[in-house]
Amino acid sequence: MSSDLTAMNVDELQAALADGTTSVDLTQAYLDRIDAADGELRAYLHVDPEAALARAAEIDAGGTRGTGLAGLPVALKDVVVTEGVPTTSGSKILEGWKPPYDATVAARLKAAGTVLLGKTNMDEFAMGSSTENSAYGVTRNPWDLDRIPGGSSGGSSAAVAGGLAPWAIGTDTGGSIRQPAALTGLVGHKPTYGSVSRYGLIAFSSSLDQAGPMARTVLDAALLHEAIGGHDPLDSTSIDAPQPVLAEAARRGAGGDLAGLRVGVVRELGGEGHTDGYEDGVLSGVGGAVSRLEAMGADVREISCPAFDLALAAYYLIAPSEASSNLARFDGVRYGLRIGDDGSRDLDEVMALTREQGFGPEVKRRIILGTYALSSGYYDAYYGQAQKVRTLISRDFSAAFEGVDVLVSPTTPTVAFPIGARVDDPIAMYAADLCTLPASLAGVPAISVPCGLSEGLPVGFQIMAPALADDRCYRVAAALEAALTADRGDRGFLDQLATRRGSAA
Amino acid sequence: MSTPSRKGQLSRDEVAHLAHLARLAVTDEELDLFAGQLAAVLDAVAQVGKAAVEDVPPTTHAVPMTNVMREDVVRPSLPRDVVLAGAPAAEDGRIRVPRILQEEV
Repeated sequence: MSSDLTAMNVDELQAALADGTTSVDLTQAYLDRIDAADGELRAYLHVDPEAALARAAEIDAGGTRGTGLAGLPVALKDVVVTEGVPTTSGSKILEGWKPPYDATVAARLKAAGTVLLGKTNMDEFAMGSSTENSAYGVTRNPWDLDRIPGGSSGGSSAAVAGGLAPWAIGTDTGGSIRQPAALTGLVGHKPTYGSVSRYGLIAFSSSLDQAGPMARTVLDAALLHEAIGGHDPLDSTSIDAPQPVLAEAARRGAGGDLAGLRVGVVRELGGEGHTDGYEDGVLSGVGGAVSRLEAMGADVREISCPAFDLALAAYYLIAPSEASSNLARFDGVRYGLRIGDDGSRDLDEVMALTREQGFGPEVKRRIILGTYALSSGYYDAYYGQAQKVRTLISRDFSAAFEGVDVLVSPTTPTVAFPIGARVDDPIAMYAADLCTLPASLAGVPAISVPCGLSEGLPVGFQIMAPALADDRCYRVAAALEAALTADRGDRGFLDQLATRRGSAA
Repeated sequence: MSTPSRKGQLSRDEVAHLAHLARLAVTDEELDLFAGQLAAVLDAVAQVGKAAVEDVPPTTHAVPMTNVMREDVVRPSLPRDVVLAGAPAAEDGRIRVPRILQEEV
């Protein structure tokens, strides 16, 4: 085993902590790695080494180190509000703001004894698929520095893939956990809508937003998910039901027995007649993964979900509509930026100037689009119609899950694209979410797990399950991960990146 | 919106009007850029019109639930000084806002 702490999976780090490595040692190792690599990657927006080390020392002194998550560092996407720690959501309008409270996700991780390494970069207000819409600069993909790390949780994906955090929290509205995980060789899971609290996540599209884990392995993701999930009275959309056991599902899945599991391959997501825009390398990687599931005993069939063809159109009406309403709170009154308040202007004018200077182009485009879709005369044709399409997509899922246990597809149509390639073409950028949108709209859980490389870049495999059956995602993903890891003879997918880094050095 | 636009079209004036409704003081350059981009986006999202949705109810939310209640327990509010420290302008223990009424002339 490598002695580099920043190249270890979390279960290995837990063993090291139980074995005498201190949380201060571990935290320092990540801070050193951030110091060495983040000038290039730009994964973090905020790192406070002193606070992280003080927190680690507190855990070391408290005697809980090595139990559960105590002493393990974690990175949070900057959409998660953190008491006293700058939180921007990637926007100038919140530059310098220090929230007066913790999001439930942050509070639970704190209570579990984790050490906050820092806040990660993201597309402004989570609107984007490349992290190029951040007001604070571009984050690079550790696999190829000229390419995007995905988005909107691209700071989190780059941090974990680059060894700048053992794992991280992302949020997923239309694919913002799964797509960046796929493009950087991570495991990323979007939980069932309502199963992880949204309290303290800066809202983008409230009927879709979910926080979830981004990690090096399926088991790591399950451990992080268990720490943040479960009912929260502070989120009125939180589901009051017991959380399925996830880490155990991952451990069982790694055993590799999928006998009797019924798997549906979604035709509309890269199947026959639906391959436009999909790269051959992605489709062959996904095809290989399906064969592996079959070899482990799964019963595989093709499933048609016709309404999925309209998911992109429905999503890009529903999400901007909800965003135009949610982002009305950024009015320059109670927090964040205020522009033009020199005594000569009315509130309306100050508000408009503040929003003009505080928001970037993609946020403005979506606010204008959402305002249009909700305006009288257009509501029925756009927003109303999109909501009905959303029902059709849910019905396709329900019908499919009568015959199969999980649905599978590529996570993204392509591997990571070059920085700048799609930034002037919103439609091309939106197409990166093609495969992840149906599960978002239906509120069902979906995981992305690496299934190979195409031209040296990671390919993600998506597994979708019925609402509240997140454990199925983890079980199937772990089985695939174990089979592919055994083929390569390493400890996990990211070992390939470490090897490349080592040979380049 | 007084004059509905044709499908796939969004004029510069309409974008300006929408921006005003959303309290966004967009620049001329942004108007030029957005009008073209939003027309392309509208064209793409108008695909939802192709779906046969007769008798299909809308989904507002993936988890059907209504009137979620919790106990009405009194809890301490956020400390005033902490909240005011995050406000763009504060005065006399309160958030100071720009004027909202015109002076009488």
